Amino acid sequence: MNIIVCVKQVPDTTEIKIDPDTNTLIRSGVHSIVNPFDGYALEAAARIKDTHPDTKIVALSMGPGQAQTALKECLAIAADKAYLISDRAFGGSDTLATSYILSAGVKKLEELEGKFDMIFCGKQAIDGDTAQVGPELAEHLGLPQVTYALEAWLEENCLKVLKEDGDQKLLLQVCTPCLITFTKPAFDPRYPSIKRRLAANRVQIPVLGAAELPGIDLARAGLKGSPTKVKRTFCPERKKGGVIIREESGLASAAKLFHMLEDARLI
Amino acid sequence: MDAKTKDLWVFIETREDGSPCNVGLELLNPGRMLADKQGGKLVGAVVGCQTEKAVKAAEEYGADQVIVVEGEAYREYSTDAYTAALYYLMEKYAPTTMLIGATSVGRDLAPRLSCRLNTGLTADCTSLDVDGETGNMAWTRPAFGGNLMATILCPDHRPQLGTVRPGVYKKQKPSGIGKPAKVIREDFAFPIKNIRTRVLERMREAAGELVNLENAEIIVSGGRGVGGPDGFQTLKNLADVLGATVGASRAAVDADWIGHSHQVGQTGKTVSPRIYIACGISGAIQHMAGMSGSDYVIAINKDPDAPIFSVADYGIVGDLFEVVPALTDEIQKARAL
Repeated sequence: MNIIVCVKQVPDTTEIKIDPDTNTLIRSGVHSIVNPFDGYALEAAARIKDTHPDTKIVALSMGPGQAQTALKECLAIAADKAYLISDRAFGGSDTLATSYILSAGVKKLEELEGKFDMIFCGKQAIDGDTAQVGPELAEHLGLPQVTYALEAWLEENCLKVLKEDGDQKLLLQVCTPCLITFTKPAFDPRYPSIKRRLAANRVQIPVLGAAELPGIDLARAGLKGSPTKVKRTFCPERKKGGVIIREESGLASAAKLFHMLEDARLI
Repeated sequence: MDAKTKDLWVFIETREDGSPCNVGLELLNPGRMLADKQGGKLVGAVVGCQTEKAVKAAEEYGADQVIVVEGEAYREYSTDAYTAALYYLMEKYAPTTMLIGATSVGRDLAPRLSCRLNTGLTADCTSLDVDGETGNMAWTRPAFGGNLMATILCPDHRPQLGTVRPGVYKKQKPSGIGKPAKVIREDFAFPIKNIRTRVLERMREAAGELVNLENAEIIVSGGRGVGGPDGFQTLKNLADVLGATVGASRAAVDADWIGHSHQVGQTGKTVSPRIYIACGISGAIQHMAGMSGSDYVIAINKDPDAPIFSVADYGIVGDLFEVVPALTDEIQKARAL
């Protein structure tokens, strides 16, 4: 089986703090990580390789040169190959343009690495939170999709996928080739071994620019290929004027809260 | 594609039994105002197998027109059949705007549909407005786990699409007696054999364990301060008297004190209840990202400096093991009167 895992390098939001004076994000010194949901997609691919050892896992990312670090992390964990799509012409792409460029990248990877059977993505990236690139990539490539997957396993040439659906879980069947987006599973993803990490550090990651993606229509990439435009960004209003209750005992605090909630007709 | 009309469409999502999900009806509420500003009709789009209930509800909640595609292929949601049916309708009727609920179905469908229409989509909006002159929607949504808000436009493409979180708007029947909606039934047959995904099994969580945080009116949530699985029983007692659902922070889920379907936050569920009661939750940014859409937040925590207090309407500094049982008793007593 050939599996492409799409990954994005994102700022580690656990380190993002709000500047209390300017009410803006402090991003300096925040280091970058592999988007956690993409990590779950990589783990899902690795689990398929556990049962089907002839599987090849190819990690694919789009972004600036520094995204190579994220791809090296994927190589250290489970990926066999990694490619970075990077070109100034791709900067400022929204999800439609990004998924279009990725679809061109997937076609190029098929030339280089052979036909693929599955594309695995995280359900969304933790910086943009759109959850759009996966389904849009599936649409560009004409593939069936399953979103919000928790687990996926192979039976014959089809995948069984367990997915979240509101208050229930669904077991679906979808045949290859297909695209699956993953959410957080019940298990923890594996860690890289030291051996793999050392090997990954030595890998030279091939970079694919616009010139390496034959047939790409640059009018559909970058800022000008993006139908959505960001008009403005701002910090959300924080609640002010909350009531703090601190009575002698928990009992008294609870009673006071209860009366306040009753007065406000909340309960 | 150019819009032939100034109509605003709302996708009326249905369940397997044909009944409408709340979010579609909620969206008819802002839809009315936006359609009026855009100078077009408010249209409900229904795809399903038994659509009577959904069509009737769309009428009751103010749609001027309801456009329906009905057939066996639409009995349960599939990306393939629903995208094809809505694409057909939107090509034919060319609305200027479409709103879709940001449910797991809506967020599966909307990107697929907008990509086929070669247009822009803004996901997971928490506020909507429109510029009457250009007809451009101003879609406002959180990014960076709710730390930053962005307003997005789609100026040069029509239709413009957006998904909106459930619970952001309230269902509201229009006052007075409007004229009855015009119901248009369209024939669009999608061959069942062309649906490439097949649902083999639906698994509800065991009875009593149903976790429907996204639609919960009240959530009682626990974090590291709950201390263990037994502590969650204390929270569950409060949840039971309130008719609430139990949620949890990532710390509690990672410690295996409660199942991960209860997790609220960036890698868990995004919730917007009327009341969110955070017990022993310090309020990491990742957690706040999942619950900042709550109408009222009540926080109970020993640490007076816990960040959760900065978003709380009511905060109790104290031991949750004293406060929560006492609060449970107070409510029980009041209910018994």
